[in-house]
Amino acid sequence: MTEAPFKPRDLSWHPPAFFERYRSTHLRAPQQPLLQMPQTETELTGPTFGQNDLGPLDDDLITNYATPGQSAQGPRIIVHGTLRDEDGRPVPGKLIEVWQANAGGRYRHVNDGYLAPLDDNFGGCGRCLTDADGHYNFRTILPGPYPWPNGGNDWRPAHIHFSVFGDGFAQRLITQMYFEGDPHIALCPIVQAIPSDDAIDRLVARLDMTRTVPMDIRAYRFDIVLRGRNATIFENQREGT
Amino acid sequence: MALKESPSQTAGPYVHIGCAAQTAGLEKRGMGDQLGGQMVPAGQDTVTLAITILDGSGEPVKDALIEIWQAGQNGDYTTSDEFQNWGRQASDLSSGVAHFETLKPGRNGTQASHILVWIVARGINLGLTTRIYFPDEDNTSDPVFRLAGARANTLVASQTHVGYTHTIRLQGANETVFFDV
Ligand SMILES: [Fe+2]
Repeated sequence: MTEAPFKPRDLSWHPPAFFERYRSTHLRAPQQPLLQMPQTETELTGPTFGQNDLGPLDDDLITNYATPGQSAQGPRIIVHGTLRDEDGRPVPGKLIEVWQANAGGRYRHVNDGYLAPLDDNFGGCGRCLTDADGHYNFRTILPGPYPWPNGGNDWRPAHIHFSVFGDGFAQRLITQMYFEGDPHIALCPIVQAIPSDDAIDRLVARLDMTRTVPMDIRAYRFDIVLRGRNATIFENQREGT
Repeated sequence: MALKESPSQTAGPYVHIGCAAQTAGLEKRGMGDQLGGQMVPAGQDTVTLAITILDGSGEPVKDALIEIWQAGQNGDYTTSDEFQNWGRQASDLSSGVAHFETLKPGRNGTQASHILVWIVARGINLGLTTRIYFPDEDNTSDPVFRLAGARANTLVASQTHVGYTHTIRLQGANETVFFDV
Protein backbone atom coordinates (compact mmCIF):
# COMPACT_ATOMS: atom_id res chain seq x y z
CA MET A 1 0.00 0.00 0.00
CA THR A 2 1.42 3.35 -1.04
CA GLU A 3 -1.68 5.50 -0.48
CA ALA A 4 -1.58 7.88 2.47
CA PRO A 5 -4.16 7.29 5.21
CA PHE A 6 -7.32 9.36 5.32
CA LYS A 7 -7.62 12.40 7.56
CA PRO A 8 -9.36 11.72 10.86
CA ARG A 9 -13.11 12.11 10.70
CA ASP A 10 -14.35 15.21 12.59
CA LEU A 11 -17.05 13.46 14.62
CA SER A 12 -18.26 16.78 16.09
CA TRP A 13 -19.28 17.80 12.55
CA HIS A 14 -21.53 14.75 12.05
CA PRO A 15 -24.78 14.09 13.94
CA PRO A 16 -24.13 12.30 17.27
CA ALA A 17 -25.20 8.65 17.53
CA PHE A 18 -27.79 9.50 20.20
CA PHE A 19 -30.19 12.39 19.60
CA GLU A 20 -33.08 12.78 22.02
CA ARG A 21 -35.57 14.18 19.47
CA TYR A 22 -34.86 11.38 16.96
CA ARG A 23 -36.44 8.44 18.74
CA SER A 24 -35.01 5.66 16.59
CA THR A 25 -31.55 6.50 17.92
CA HIS A 26 -32.54 5.66 21.49
CA LEU A 27 -32.11 1.89 21.20
CA ARG A 28 -29.66 1.95 18.31
CA ALA A 29 -26.95 4.42 19.31
CA PRO A 30 -23.87 2.69 20.70
CA GLN A 31 -23.24 3.86 24.26
CA GLN A 32 -19.50 3.30 24.28
CA PRO A 33 -17.32 5.80 22.45
CA LEU A 34 -15.95 4.66 19.10
CA LEU A 35 -12.56 2.98 19.48
CA GLN A 36 -9.87 4.78 17.54
CA MET A 37 -7.76 2.55 15.36
CA PRO A 38 -5.05 3.06 12.73
CA GLN A 39 -6.16 2.57 9.13
CA THR A 40 -4.92 -0.68 7.64
CA GLU A 41 -5.10 -1.97 4.09
CA THR A 42 -8.65 -3.05 4.92
CA GLU A 43 -9.86 0.53 5.46
CA LEU A 44 -7.66 2.11 2.77
CA THR A 45 -9.13 -0.07 0.03
CA GLY A 46 -12.67 -0.59 -1.18
CA PRO A 47 -14.77 -1.92 -4.03
CA THR A 48 -14.58 -0.43 -7.51
CA PHE A 49 -17.41 -0.22 -9.99
CA GLY A 50 -17.65 0.24 -13.72
CA GLN A 51 -20.25 1.12 -16.32
CA ASN A 52 -20.85 -2.63 -16.79
CA ASP A 53 -22.28 -2.78 -13.28
CA LEU A 54 -25.04 -0.32 -14.22
CA GLY A 55 -28.04 -0.40 -16.51
CA PRO A 56 -28.45 2.26 -19.22
CA LEU A 57 -31.41 3.93 -17.46
CA ASP A 58 -29.99 3.81 -13.93
CA ASP A 59 -29.35 7.58 -13.88
CA ASP A 60 -32.86 8.43 -15.07
CA LEU A 61 -35.51 7.90 -12.39
CA ILE A 62 -38.08 9.57 -14.64
CA THR A 63 -38.08 6.57 -16.96
CA ASN A 64 -36.20 3.65 -15.36
CA TYR A 65 -39.36 2.21 -13.77
CA ALA A 66 -41.86 3.56 -16.28
CA THR A 67 -43.77 1.74 -18.94
CA PRO A 68 -41.93 2.53 -22.19
CA GLY A 69 -43.27 5.79 -23.57
CA GLN A 70 -44.52 6.98 -20.18
CA SER A 71 -42.77 8.82 -17.35
CA ALA A 72 -42.97 9.42 -13.61
CA GLN A 73 -45.36 12.04 -12.23
CA GLY A 74 -44.08 15.20 -10.55
CA PRO A 75 -41.90 18.23 -11.24
CA ARG A 76 -39.03 17.13 -13.46
CA ILE A 77 -35.56 17.89 -12.07
CA ILE A 78 -31.90 17.26 -12.79
CA VAL A 79 -29.74 16.67 -9.71
CA HIS A 80 -26.05 17.11 -10.36
CA GLY A 81 -22.83 18.11 -8.67
CA THR A 82 -19.19 17.26 -8.11
CA LEU A 83 -17.72 14.64 -5.79
CA ARG A 84 -14.54 15.97 -4.19
CA ASP A 85 -12.38 15.05 -1.25
CA GLU A 86 -11.56 17.43 1.59
CA ASP A 87 -8.45 18.55 -0.27
CA GLY A 88 -10.68 19.75 -3.11
CA ARG A 89 -9.62 17.02 -5.53
CA PRO A 90 -12.36 15.62 -7.79
CA VAL A 91 -13.07 11.93 -7.11
CA PRO A 92 -13.69 10.23 -10.49
CA GLY A 93 -15.23 6.86 -11.31
CA LYS A 94 -17.11 6.36 -8.04
CA LEU A 95 -20.53 4.83 -7.55
CA ILE A 96 -23.33 7.11 -6.32
CA GLU A 97 -26.68 5.53 -5.48
CA VAL A 98 -29.86 7.48 -4.75
CA TRP A 99 -33.32 6.60 -3.51
CA GLN A 100 -36.36 8.74 -2.82
CA ALA A 101 -40.10 8.95 -2.31
CA ASN A 102 -42.40 9.80 -5.22
CA ALA A 103 -43.98 13.21 -5.77
CA GLY A 104 -46.65 12.43 -3.15
CA GLY A 105 -44.13 11.42 -0.48
CA ARG A 106 -44.71 7.67 -0.84
CA TYR A 107 -41.86 5.16 -1.12
CA ARG A 108 -42.09 2.06 -3.28
CA HIS A 109 -41.24 -0.22 -0.35
CA VAL A 110 -43.10 -3.13 1.23
CA ASN A 111 -42.93 -1.38 4.61
CA ASP A 112 -44.32 2.01 3.50
CA GLY A 113 -48.09 2.28 3.85
CA TYR A 114 -48.50 6.06 3.65
CA LEU A 115 -51.84 7.38 2.33
CA ALA A 116 -50.33 8.96 -0.79
CA PRO A 117 -50.61 6.61 -3.77
CA LEU A 118 -47.79 4.83 -5.55
CA ASP A 119 -46.93 6.04 -9.03
CA ASP A 120 -46.99 3.08 -11.44
CA ASN A 121 -44.17 4.71 -13.39
CA PHE A 122 -41.82 5.50 -10.50
CA GLY A 123 -39.49 3.18 -8.57
CA GLY A 124 -37.32 5.74 -6.79
CA CYS A 125 -33.96 4.02 -7.29
CA GLY A 126 -31.05 5.48 -9.26
CA ARG A 127 -27.30 5.02 -9.72
CA CYS A 128 -24.43 6.56 -11.63
CA LEU A 129 -20.66 6.85 -11.70
CA THR A 130 -18.80 10.12 -11.30
CA ASP A 131 -17.03 11.12 -14.53
CA ALA A 132 -13.34 12.00 -15.01
CA ASP A 133 -13.95 15.40 -13.35
CA GLY A 134 -15.85 13.93 -10.40
CA HIS A 135 -19.16 15.15 -11.79
CA TYR A 136 -22.42 13.20 -11.49
CA ASN A 137 -25.87 13.74 -12.95
CA PHE A 138 -29.38 12.27 -12.40
CA ARG A 139 -32.80 12.99 -13.81
CA THR A 140 -35.68 12.48 -11.41
CA ILE A 141 -38.84 14.10 -10.05
CA LEU A 142 -39.11 16.35 -6.99
CA PRO A 143 -39.89 14.06 -4.02
CA GLY A 144 -42.75 14.99 -1.70
CA PRO A 145 -42.45 15.58 2.06
CA TYR A 146 -43.91 12.78 4.18
CA PRO A 147 -44.95 12.19 7.80
CA TRP A 148 -43.08 9.68 9.95
CA PRO A 149 -43.62 8.13 13.39
CA ASN A 150 -41.44 9.95 15.91
CA GLY A 151 -43.91 10.63 18.71
CA GLY A 152 -45.31 13.89 17.35
CA ASN A 153 -46.30 15.75 14.21
CA ASP A 154 -43.09 15.04 12.32
CA TRP A 155 -42.65 15.55 8.58
CA ARG A 156 -39.50 14.95 6.61
CA PRO A 157 -38.39 17.79 4.33
CA ALA A 158 -38.35 16.75 0.69
CA HIS A 159 -35.11 14.82 0.32
CA ILE A 160 -33.08 12.39 -1.75
CA HIS A 161 -30.95 9.74 -0.02
CA PHE A 162 -27.37 9.41 -1.29
CA SER A 163 -24.93 6.51 -0.89
CA VAL A 164 -21.36 7.30 -1.94
CA PHE A 165 -18.26 5.14 -2.36
CA GLY A 166 -14.72 6.53 -2.24
CA ASP A 167 -11.27 5.06 -2.82
CA GLY A 168 -11.25 3.36 0.57
CA PHE A 169 -13.88 1.99 2.88
CA ALA A 170 -12.95 4.66 5.45
CA GLN A 171 -14.57 7.18 3.06
CA ARG A 172 -17.90 5.31 2.77
CA LEU A 173 -20.76 7.74 3.33
CA ILE A 174 -24.54 7.82 3.36
CA THR A 175 -26.32 11.15 3.58
CA GLN A 176 -29.41 13.04 2.39
CA MET A 177 -29.90 15.99 0.08
CA TYR A 178 -32.46 18.69 0.86
CA PHE A 179 -33.89 21.50 -1.27
CA GLU A 180 -33.24 25.18 -0.60
CA GLY A 181 -36.14 27.09 0.91
CA ASP A 182 -37.87 24.07 2.48
CA PRO A 183 -39.33 25.15 5.88
CA HIS A 184 -39.25 21.55 7.12
CA ILE A 185 -35.44 21.60 7.23
CA ALA A 186 -35.51 23.71 10.40
CA LEU A 187 -38.18 21.48 11.98
CA CYS A 188 -36.79 18.01 11.23
CA PRO A 189 -35.03 16.19 14.11
CA ILE A 190 -33.03 14.07 11.68
CA VAL A 191 -31.58 17.18 10.02
CA GLN A 192 -31.24 19.12 13.26
CA ALA A 193 -29.19 16.30 14.82
CA ILE A 194 -26.37 17.78 12.74
CA PRO A 195 -24.67 20.10 15.25
CA SER A 196 -24.08 23.24 13.16
CA ASP A 197 -26.13 25.24 10.67
CA ASP A 198 -22.98 25.45 8.58
CA ALA A 199 -22.85 21.68 8.28
CA ILE A 200 -26.59 21.44 7.53
CA ASP A 201 -26.13 23.97 4.75
CA ARG A 202 -23.76 21.54 2.97
CA LEU A 203 -26.72 19.20 2.48
CA VAL A 204 -29.01 21.81 0.92
CA ALA A 205 -29.12 21.73 -2.90
CA ARG A 206 -29.41 25.01 -4.80
CA LEU A 207 -31.63 25.74 -7.78
CA ASP A 208 -29.24 25.91 -10.74
CA MET A 209 -30.64 27.94 -13.61
CA THR A 210 -27.44 27.47 -15.65
CA ARG A 211 -28.25 23.76 -16.04
CA THR A 212 -32.03 24.22 -16.17
CA VAL A 213 -33.34 23.30 -19.64
CA PRO A 214 -35.95 25.79 -20.95
CA MET A 215 -39.44 24.29 -21.35
CA ASP A 216 -38.15 20.92 -20.06
CA ILE A 217 -36.55 20.41 -16.66
CA ARG A 218 -35.16 22.42 -13.72
CA ALA A 219 -31.74 21.65 -12.22
CA TYR A 220 -30.48 21.49 -8.61
CA ARG A 221 -26.81 21.46 -7.71
CA PHE A 222 -25.54 19.29 -4.84
CA ASP A 223 -21.80 18.91 -4.29
CA ILE A 224 -20.53 16.06 -2.10
CA VAL A 225 -17.28 15.89 -0.12
CA LEU A 226 -15.50 12.74 1.06
CA ARG A 227 -12.64 12.51 3.57
CA GLY A 228 -9.28 13.73 2.28
CA ARG A 229 -5.82 12.22 2.55
CA ASN A 230 -3.31 12.88 5.21
CA ALA A 231 -1.02 14.51 2.67
CA THR A 232 1.57 15.87 5.11
CA ILE A 233 2.63 12.46 6.34
CA PHE A 234 2.75 11.17 2.79
CA GLU A 235 5.02 14.01 1.63
CA ASN A 236 7.36 13.55 4.59
CA GLN A 237 7.64 9.85 3.91
CA ARG A 238 8.44 10.49 0.29
CA GLU A 239 11.16 12.97 1.08
CA GLY A 240 12.70 10.46 3.45
CA THR A 241 13.04 7.71 0.88
CA MET B 1 -8.59 24.04 -0.92
CA ALA B 2 -9.77 22.70 2.43
CA LEU B 3 -13.35 21.41 2.44
CA LYS B 4 -15.35 19.66 5.15
CA GLU B 5 -16.70 16.17 4.62
CA SER B 6 -20.42 16.10 3.80
CA PRO B 7 -22.25 15.44 7.08
CA SER B 8 -23.74 11.96 7.41
CA GLN B 9 -27.47 11.31 7.68
CA THR B 10 -29.33 8.12 8.51
CA ALA B 11 -30.01 5.67 5.67
CA GLY B 12 -33.59 5.51 7.00
CA PRO B 13 -35.97 2.55 6.87
CA TYR B 14 -36.21 2.47 3.06
CA VAL B 15 -32.49 2.12 2.27
CA HIS B 16 -33.35 -1.06 0.35
CA ILE B 17 -34.86 0.89 -2.53
CA GLY B 18 -31.46 2.29 -3.44
CA CYS B 19 -29.14 -0.46 -2.22
CA ALA B 20 -31.12 -3.74 -2.14
CA ALA B 21 -34.08 -3.13 -4.43
CA GLN B 22 -35.42 -6.69 -4.33
CA THR B 23 -35.83 -6.47 -0.57
CA ALA B 24 -37.86 -3.27 -0.99
CA GLY B 25 -40.14 -5.14 -3.39
CA LEU B 26 -39.14 -3.34 -6.56
CA GLU B 27 -39.45 -5.11 -9.89
CA LYS B 28 -36.44 -5.00 -12.19
CA ARG B 29 -38.06 -3.12 -15.09
CA GLY B 30 -35.50 -0.81 -16.73
CA MET B 31 -32.92 -0.92 -13.95
CA GLY B 32 -29.53 -2.62 -13.79
CA ASP B 33 -28.75 -5.60 -11.59
CA GLN B 34 -28.58 -5.38 -7.81
CA LEU B 35 -24.98 -5.06 -6.60
CA GLY B 36 -23.03 -6.91 -3.94
CA GLY B 37 -25.20 -10.02 -3.68
CA GLN B 38 -22.74 -12.49 -5.22
CA MET B 39 -19.19 -12.65 -3.88
CA VAL B 40 -18.34 -16.14 -5.16
CA PRO B 41 -19.27 -17.50 -8.63
CA ALA B 42 -22.33 -19.74 -8.69
CA GLY B 43 -21.63 -23.42 -8.12
CA GLN B 44 -18.48 -22.93 -6.07
CA ASP B 45 -18.09 -23.72 -2.38
CA THR B 46 -18.78 -20.89 0.03
CA VAL B 47 -18.73 -20.17 3.72
CA THR B 48 -22.04 -18.86 5.05
CA LEU B 49 -21.72 -15.85 7.33
CA ALA B 50 -24.95 -15.07 9.19
CA ILE B 51 -25.04 -11.65 10.90
CA THR B 52 -27.70 -10.48 13.34
CA ILE B 53 -27.79 -6.99 14.82
CA LEU B 54 -29.52 -6.51 18.18
CA ASP B 55 -30.77 -3.17 19.49
CA GLY B 56 -30.68 -2.00 23.11
CA SER B 57 -33.79 -4.00 24.00
CA GLY B 58 -32.27 -7.19 22.59
CA GLU B 59 -34.58 -7.16 19.55
CA PRO B 60 -33.13 -7.89 16.10
CA VAL B 61 -32.74 -4.88 13.84
CA LYS B 62 -34.79 -5.83 10.77
CA ASP B 63 -34.22 -2.84 8.51
CA ALA B 64 -30.42 -2.59 8.42
CA LEU B 65 -28.16 -2.67 5.40
CA ILE B 66 -24.86 -4.47 5.98
CA GLU B 67 -21.78 -4.29 3.79
CA ILE B 68 -18.67 -6.42 4.23
CA TRP B 69 -15.19 -5.85 2.79
CA GLN B 70 -12.54 -8.50 3.17
CA ALA B 71 -9.40 -10.03 1.75
CA GLY B 72 -9.62 -13.16 -0.36
CA GLN B 73 -8.25 -16.53 0.73
CA ASN B 74 -4.78 -15.33 -0.21
CA GLY B 75 -5.05 -12.34 2.13
CA ASP B 76 -5.11 -9.62 -0.50
CA TYR B 77 -7.76 -7.18 -1.68
CA THR B 78 -7.49 -7.68 -5.43
CA THR B 79 -10.95 -8.49 -6.76
CA SER B 80 -10.94 -11.26 -9.38
CA ASP B 81 -13.44 -13.32 -11.36
CA GLU B 82 -13.18 -15.88 -8.59
CA PHE B 83 -13.93 -13.59 -5.68
CA GLN B 84 -15.58 -10.23 -5.10
CA ASN B 85 -14.19 -8.80 -1.86
CA TRP B 86 -17.28 -6.66 -1.32
CA GLY B 87 -20.68 -7.96 -0.30
CA ARG B 88 -23.92 -6.28 0.60
CA GLN B 89 -27.06 -7.75 2.17
CA ALA B 90 -30.13 -6.44 3.92
CA SER B 91 -31.17 -7.80 7.28
CA ASP B 92 -34.15 -10.05 6.61
CA LEU B 93 -37.31 -7.96 7.11
CA SER B 94 -38.86 -10.75 9.24
CA SER B 95 -35.98 -12.42 11.08
CA GLY B 96 -33.32 -9.71 11.04
CA VAL B 97 -30.62 -12.15 9.87
CA ALA B 98 -28.35 -11.17 6.97
CA HIS B 99 -26.65 -14.02 5.10
CA PHE B 100 -23.42 -13.65 3.13
CA GLU B 101 -22.06 -16.45 0.96
CA THR B 102 -18.34 -15.74 1.02
CA LEU B 103 -14.88 -17.23 1.53
CA LYS B 104 -12.84 -17.11 4.69
CA PRO B 105 -10.20 -14.39 4.26
CA GLY B 106 -6.51 -15.15 4.63
CA ARG B 107 -4.14 -13.31 6.93
CA ASN B 108 -3.09 -9.85 5.71
CA GLY B 109 0.42 -8.96 6.87
CA THR B 110 0.38 -8.78 10.66
CA GLN B 111 -3.41 -8.84 10.63
CA ALA B 112 -5.31 -12.02 11.49
CA SER B 113 -8.13 -13.12 9.18
CA HIS B 114 -10.89 -10.55 9.54
CA ILE B 115 -13.85 -8.94 7.79
CA LEU B 116 -14.76 -5.26 7.91
CA VAL B 117 -18.48 -4.78 8.60
CA TRP B 118 -20.30 -1.52 7.89
CA ILE B 119 -23.85 -0.97 9.14
CA VAL B 120 -26.44 1.65 8.24
CA ALA B 121 -30.10 1.78 9.26
CA ARG B 122 -32.91 3.93 10.58
CA GLY B 123 -31.72 5.42 13.88
CA ILE B 124 -28.03 5.17 12.95
CA ASN B 125 -26.80 8.68 12.15
CA LEU B 126 -23.30 7.72 11.03
CA GLY B 127 -22.52 4.32 9.52
CA LEU B 128 -21.01 1.97 12.11
CA THR B 129 -17.75 0.15 11.38
CA THR B 130 -16.78 -3.02 13.17
CA ARG B 131 -14.83 -6.18 12.40
CA ILE B 132 -15.40 -9.90 12.51
CA TYR B 133 -12.59 -12.21 13.61
CA PHE B 134 -12.64 -16.02 13.59
CA PRO B 135 -12.83 -18.39 16.57
CA ASP B 136 -10.54 -20.92 14.87
CA GLU B 137 -7.67 -18.43 14.34
CA ASP B 138 -4.99 -16.98 16.58
CA ASN B 139 -6.10 -13.35 16.90
CA THR B 140 -3.89 -12.40 19.83
CA SER B 141 -1.14 -10.74 17.80
CA ASP B 142 -3.53 -8.81 15.52
CA PRO B 143 -2.92 -5.08 16.17
CA VAL B 144 -6.56 -4.01 15.84
CA PHE B 145 -7.90 -6.95 17.83
CA ARG B 146 -5.48 -6.11 20.63
CA LEU B 147 -6.74 -2.51 20.76
CA ALA B 148 -10.19 -3.80 21.74
CA GLY B 149 -8.72 -5.25 24.96
CA ALA B 150 -11.28 -6.91 27.22
CA ARG B 151 -14.05 -6.18 24.69
CA ALA B 152 -12.32 -8.02 21.82
CA ASN B 153 -14.55 -11.06 22.38
CA THR B 154 -17.42 -9.03 20.89
CA LEU B 155 -15.60 -9.19 17.54
CA VAL B 156 -15.31 -12.99 17.34
CA ALA B 157 -17.86 -14.98 15.32
CA SER B 158 -19.08 -18.46 16.27
CA GLN B 159 -18.60 -21.52 14.12
CA THR B 160 -21.59 -23.32 12.58
CA HIS B 161 -21.78 -26.41 10.38
CA VAL B 162 -21.97 -24.20 7.25
CA GLY B 163 -19.69 -21.37 8.28
CA TYR B 164 -20.00 -18.72 10.93
CA THR B 165 -22.65 -16.75 12.78
CA HIS B 166 -22.10 -13.41 14.44
CA THR B 167 -24.21 -11.18 16.68
CA ILE B 168 -23.61 -7.44 16.77
CA ARG B 169 -24.98 -5.67 19.85
CA LEU B 170 -25.61 -1.93 19.47
CA GLN B 171 -25.95 -1.36 23.21
CA GLY B 172 -25.73 -3.12 26.57
CA ALA B 173 -23.23 -5.03 28.66
CA ASN B 174 -21.73 -6.82 25.66
CA GLU B 175 -21.92 -3.89 23.26
CA THR B 176 -19.88 -4.64 20.14
CA VAL B 177 -16.75 -2.62 19.58
CA PHE B 178 -17.28 -0.01 16.86
CA PHE B 179 -14.27 1.77 15.40
CA ASP B 180 -13.37 5.34 14.56
CA VAL B 181 -11.30 4.51 11.52
FE1 LIG C 1 -36.43 9.24 3.33
